[in-house]
Formats: sequence, C-alpha cells, structure tokens
Amino acid sequence: MLPEQGSQHARNVDLLFMALFWLNVFFFVLVAGLAIYCVYAFKRREGVKTPHITHNLALELIWSVIPTILVIGVFFWGAAGYLDYAVAPGNSLEIAVTAKKWNWSFTMPDGSVYGKDIQIPVNTNVKFVMTSNDVLHDFYVPAMRVKHDVVPNRYTEVWFNAEKEGTYHLACAEYCGKSHSDMAGSIKVVSAAEYEKWLVNGPPEWETMKPEDLGKIAYEAYGCNTCHSVDGSKNTGPTWKGLYGRTEKLADGSSVVADEAYIEESINYPGRKVVAGYENQMPAFEGQIKPKLFKGLIAYIKSLK
Amino acid sequence: MADILTSPHVGADVQHGKEIDYIEAKKGIWSWMSTVDHKRLGLMYLWAVVANFIVGGIFALLVRITLLTGNHGDNYFISAELYNRFFTLHGIVMVFLVIIPSVPGALGNFVLPLMLGAKDVAFPRMNLASFWIYTLGNLMAIGAIALGMVDTGWTFYTPYSSTTNGPVSLMALAAFTLGFSSIFTGINFIATVHKLRAPGMGWFDMPLFVWGIYSTSLIQVLATPVVGITLVLLTIERAWGIGVFDASKGGDPVLFQHFFWFYSHPAVYIMILPGMAVISEIIPTFSAKTIFGYKAIAYSSVAIALIGFLVWGHHMFPSGQSQLASLIFSFLTFLVAIPSGIKVFNWLATMWRGNISLDTPMVWAVNFLLLFTIGGLTGIFLGALSTDIHLHDTYFVVAHFHYVMMGGTITAFLGGVHYWWPKMFGRMYNEGPAKIAAYLYFVGFNVLFLSQFVMGSNGMPRRYYNYLPEFQPWHVASTVGSWIIAAGLFLALGNLLASLRKPKEATDNPWKGTTLEWQTQSPPIEHNFHDQPVLHRAPYDYRTPVSVDREIH
Ligand code: HEC
Ligand SMILES: [Cu+2]
Ligand SMILES: [Cu+2]
Repeated sequence: MLPEQGSQHARNVDLLFMALFWLNVFFFVLVAGLAIYCVYAFKRREGVKTPHITHNLALELIWSVIPTILVIGVFFWGAAGYLDYAVAPGNSLEIAVTAKKWNWSFTMPDGSVYGKDIQIPVNTNVKFVMTSNDVLHDFYVPAMRVKHDVVPNRYTEVWFNAEKEGTYHLACAEYCGKSHSDMAGSIKVVSAAEYEKWLVNGPPEWETMKPEDLGKIAYEAYGCNTCHSVDGSKNTGPTWKGLYGRTEKLADGSSVVADEAYIEESINYPGRKVVAGYENQMPAFEGQIKPKLFKGLIAYIKSLK
Repeated sequence: MADILTSPHVGADVQHGKEIDYIEAKKGIWSWMSTVDHKRLGLMYLWAVVANFIVGGIFALLVRITLLTGNHGDNYFISAELYNRFFTLHGIVMVFLVIIPSVPGALGNFVLPLMLGAKDVAFPRMNLASFWIYTLGNLMAIGAIALGMVDTGWTFYTPYSSTTNGPVSLMALAAFTLGFSSIFTGINFIATVHKLRAPGMGWFDMPLFVWGIYSTSLIQVLATPVVGITLVLLTIERAWGIGVFDASKGGDPVLFQHFFWFYSHPAVYIMILPGMAVISEIIPTFSAKTIFGYKAIAYSSVAIALIGFLVWGHHMFPSGQSQLASLIFSFLTFLVAIPSGIKVFNWLATMWRGNISLDTPMVWAVNFLLLFTIGGLTGIFLGALSTDIHLHDTYFVVAHFHYVMMGGTITAFLGGVHYWWPKMFGRMYNEGPAKIAAYLYFVGFNVLFLSQFVMGSNGMPRRYYNYLPEFQPWHVASTVGSWIIAAGLFLALGNLLASLRKPKEATDNPWKGTTLEWQTQSPPIEHNFHDQPVLHRAPYDYRTPVSVDREIH
C-alpha cells in the first residue's frame, strides 16, 4: 500500500498512516454496517408507526466528543511528524537544487553541478535548498515521504536521512506543463566512500566532455570568474586571455614564462609567485579541485588565445 | 410579504382538480427565456447542468482513456498538451458549471420557495438575471474551449497560468462571471429565507434542506468575490504584465494560492452542504420517521459554513507557507470535520427503527452515506500534517475529493432529482432501471476511485501523462470503473427522460413527504399554492399518517 521506506521519518509517517487506515476501516464498517443493517432490519411494512425520537443528548455527546478527542490526537501525531520533517538539522550536507521546465539540476557542496541523477551518502542528513527558474515545481521523493514546492524567487528546503542504500525515485509533484510527468530524477544512496569516489569522478557527462569545456565549468563552479576575466579585461586578478605562453613579470622583479607547471603552481600556491601589479589576494586551491577539473582548467586557459 | 398573504384564492372549492401547471401555463420559447418563475428557472438550470455534466464527463472519460497506458511516445493520438487540456477542462466544467450550480440552481430554485410556502423567491427578476449570467459564463467557457482550450489545471496556479499560452484570460473571466451568478442566487435565497417563510414557520420549522441551502448561500455571498478579484488580477497580469503573482515580474505565486483557496475551500462547502441538505430530506421521508437531531444538523450546517473559512491553508502544507500557519490550519481542519461526522450519525439514527422503503431516491441516499463517509474519513489523512506531506498532490487527494464532490454532491443531486422528479414533471420514472443505474454507479465509482487511493498512497502524483509501469494495473482498473459509472449515469438519464413521454399520473405526494412542496399539485401551478399555505405539520413529523394526496389545499 505504501512505497518502500527509505528513512526513519518514512517509518514514522507510515505508522500514522496505518493507524489512520484502521481508524478509517473501523468507522467505515460502523457507518456502512449500520446503514445496511437499517435498510434490511427496518424494511418498510405498511401500517407500522415509527417512534418520534427527536434527539438524545447522551448519544449526541458520545458521537461528538469521541471523534473530537480522536481527531485532536491525530492532529498532534501528525504535527509531531511534520515538525521532524520541517527543519533540517544544522550539520546537514547541503545540496542546491534548481528546477526548471522540465529538469532538475543539483549543485553539490564542492560546486560540481549535476543533472537529474545524483548520489548522496547513506545515514547522513542531507538538505536540499531549492529554487525554481520558471514556474512552480515540487520536489517529491516518495520513499522518504518528503515533498516540498519549489518556488521561483524563493528558497525552500527539504531534508531527509536515508538509512538504506538504494536508488530512490524523484518526481515533480506540482503541475508544471507539458512534460510535468517526465520531470523525474533519481537519488542513489551509497556508502560514504562510494560517494566521495563519485564526487571525484564527477557526473557521467564528464566522461565525454572536452577538457576545456570541463575547465569552463570549473571556472564558474570554483568562482575563478569573480577575479579573472577571459576577454582581456583587468580584474582583481590578471586576465586569462593569452595567459598561456606569456612572459609574466613578477612582483619580485623576476619574470617567468607561463607554462603548465607555472599555472599549476599559481593555482595551488598563488603566494609563491605573485604577478607584478597585483595583490596577493588569491586563495590557495591546493587539493580542493577535482583532478579532472584541474586538468580541464589548464586546458581551458590554454584555449584562451 | 403582503403580496403573499393576499395571494388570490384561485378556485373557491377545497378539492381542486388538476389545474394547468407551471409548465403548461405559458407557451413558447420566449416564455421560458424571460420567465421569472423559480420552478421554470430550476428546470432550465437542471438541463444546463445536465448538458455540462455530459461535457465534463466526456473530458473525464478522455483523461481515463489516455491513462490506460503510462508510456506514451511522442506520437500518441492524445498528446501531453491535449491531455493537460482535458483534465483542466474536466475540472473547470465540473466545478464551476456543474457542481456549484447543481443543487442550489436546479433543486434549490425549484424546491426552496415551495418548501417555505412562498409564491416565488424574494427577487424573481434577479433570479432570471442569475440564470442568464450563468449562461453568459457558460458561453465564455465554451468560447475558451473553442479557442484551443486551457492547460492551467482548474486551480489556475501562477506563475504557470500567467505565462502559458491559450485563452486563459477568457476562461478566468468565465469563472469570474459564473461567480456573479452564484452570488445573485445566494443573495436571493438568503432574502427568501428571511422574508418569505409561511405564516407560523419559525426558523426551526424550516425543512433542513432550507438550512443547508441557506448556509451555502452565506458562503457564496461572502467567498465568491475573493476568487472573482483573484481571477481578475490574474487577467490583468496576463494582459498588461503587471506583476501580482508572477515571480519574474516581482509578484508572489504563493499569494495566488492563498487567495484561491480562501474561496475554494469554502467552495468545497458550497458544493457539499447542498448535497447534505438533499440527504436530510430523503432519509426521513423514506424512513417515515422524524429526523434525529434537527437542531444539530441545522447548526452544524452553519458551523461548517463559518469554520470553513478558516482552513484554506490545508491545501498549502508543502507550498512554503510558515510552519506555524500549517499547524493552525491543520488543527482547524480537524475541527471542521466534526460537524460533518455528526450529520452522518444523525442520519443513521434517523434510519434506526424507521420504516424504510428502499425506493430509488433512498438508494441514492445510501450510496451517498457510504461514499461520503469514505470521502470524509480519508480527509483525516490529509488534515494530518505528516501524512499529508506524502499524499499531497497525489492520486490520494484526487480520490478523496472525488468521494466528497462526486460521491457526495453529485450522488445527492441524483438522489434529489429522483426524489423531486414527480413533483417537477408530474411523472414517475421506472423504478427498476433507476435502481440498477444507482447500483452500477456505486460499483463503478468504487472501482474508479478506490484504485486511485492505492496509487496515491504509493506515490503516484496527479496530473501525470506518463507514469511508472507499476501503476498500470491500477490505472486500467480505474478506467474500467469510469466506463461502469458512465453506463450507470446514461441509464439513469435515459430512464428519467423516458418517463417524460408518460402521462402526468404522479400523485401530489408520492413518497409521503412532510414538507410543504408536497402540499401542492404535481407539477405545481404557476403560483405554487392556491392560498397561502400554513404550516400543517412540523417537518418530518410522522406521528399522524401521511397521505399520498394533499392534506391542505
Ligand atoms: C579572490 C580573487 C581570485 C580568485 C577567486 C582566483 N584568483 Fe587567481 N589570481 C588572483 C590574483 C590577484 C592573481 C595575481 C596575483 C598572484 O599571482 O597571486 C591571480 C593569479 C592567478 C594565476 C596566475 C596568472 C598570471 O597572469 O600569471 C592563475 C593561473 C590563477 N590565478 C588561476 C586561478 C584559478 C584557476 C582560480 C579558480 C580556481 C583562481 N585563480 C581564483 C586572484 C584570484
Ligand atoms: Cu512538474
Ligand atoms: Cu479545503
């Protein structure tokens, strides 16, 4: 009756669901049983006079008070489960989600951007911070029993802690037009080690992409673009246009030809060789950039003639 | 008032024979188009609602046929765009053109003044205006369909509705126009109930149908303007790009949802209270027993009408409204469920130790009891916050509100039509086919929508053109159910229409009802009663036997 349970939260929700299911069955059998019993037991016979019963306070109190108590109980139970779901714990892994007609895109904590299929570590609080580029969408992972609208110009959040490895379906649950029903994705829950490996390798598209295109992704994902231009204009840092092979004057008066080794060193340890006319403002990226993207960056810089 | 008291005494003797009824009183199409007779307007609403119901039903069947498979390639004969239009139009037609006007427009217009012993509603010309505004709105909706249909969903959620192509503005203005018809009818009924009750008829001597329609009218007058202005704002946004709801223009899409549900939740009660009102008539009549808990039923209608204004946010739990708001809305939602539950128990207590005759209207009433109970009970899953988050916008919700809107209101409407049919047309339909139709409907209904509960709890989102293969068996079952229910409905309709070829042989009070509409001829004369009727017995008082003929003249 219910989808597989991917989290403790899902099990809590299901407990209430099943309790309500049996409550439903009980009251339905009561009402239907009484109605059908009456129809047969009190079938019309001519000349019978019916009793004139206009009300019965005790009975009416019973059938008002008992349901009231029951539903107030259900309210608190539902509210408790909801509050669990509503606020993500502070230590959550944060993934940014952008929805647009009709696709999902995910930005992982390391800045790498993925399409509709992602992986997350098991037994970890994962928080999705979501926004939409166009109309309303809704992030729905049935196995986790979580669902939240994705709204343009707003950030909304949803979180869960997957307790079992496996691949879980992601659906759009807010009508968004033509391909609403195809706006699906998958969330693969894997071990922490496998997750790290997956992050390093990057999304499957990366397999086939040209290195300089990967470099362009990294240029934006790691924020190089906030300091370096690619069109020749001067910014906080030197432009990358024509950088490869250029002879750079350094602040200490020496000069160096910008070959691969120099560029690599400038990214990992920018303070070692500071270009003349610039402040030593660049953060060191040593060990922070995925190897594939690192190679890509160099290829990208080379391509900017 | 004075008008009523001095109504001319047509025919001096006490035993009136059959006289010219309201249908034959005037001839010609113009006499219908310009009529201010509430009974004729009731009939005109009836036929309009039936016609729209067929249209809305065809859209539903098309939706179900599309969903026989869940993996449509690009070349399927019903494209995704078309499918989206079908479910949108099914919703718009059924909500705005069928359910909302069904019981109040058709049955309320016909019966309410008769029940009060009045000659007509308080403002007969306004009543005529209301019908023509309804027709205008109807034509605008047909125009929007002809211009390529809309794909917004009946909820018109922004910013999709502010950006999608198609005659959305025309459709929104159609709903706006229909709202005025609804407001006019509401004002009219409120005034009628306050002013035109028969001498001696206090508030608690009114039939419960009147209480139900009265509560409905209150909501119609108070809530409809809100959806009206909301749809106008949407139209303005589309026409002149003024950002109200569209985030890209600086508007707030969630605001639209608040506005929309501020009307549309109360509108749920605009739709269900009249259904409950019909059931409160049928059950005592066919149980030949006084209603149990008259005041509880009367007050619960009003309570539902008022608390119903405070729960709209339960449609928005996952929308990004504040958590505190969600908690409050959830709590109030549970409170508003109680009066509905009380009514069900009152109806059962009325049947208990009754003398029950299972004629067609009573079969429909039992259908109502069973279906509406499922609808109400499954609402608990959706009122509770944590389960709603999972079920929101899935087939569970679709099944739930069909059990309430169709299983409740439409079922009650069909029961009401069969109940008052001999009064309206002076003819009895064949009981055999009528009952078979009601049973088919019941079976088809459950096949159609129980399977949707299963899909919904399994996480099948609504408004889906393609779906995962595991859902297909349930979708097929659901579609087969739609064919069974369609067969039942056509049988019911055909059987009713066939009766119109019979002679007018129905007695004045074939079901031995106790309310005043049975104290006039079938079909009634143009002015309803010869004299101002006085309350001859309290409603549902079966202490003295009721005759199939009139007791007062
Ligand atoms: C906060 C601003 C800032 C950011 C962010 C930044 N840089 Fe730099 N970068 C500089 C500055 C300033 C210099 C010149 C001073 C120096 O050599 O340290 C520089 C120098 C360089 C050089 C040597 C350029 C030359 O003309 O010799 C390279 C290569 C470089 N950055 C690559 C990167 C890459 C790759 C990234 C992103 C992963 C990056 N930078 C991010 C500010 C920044
Ligand atoms: Cu969608
Ligand atoms: Cu509601």
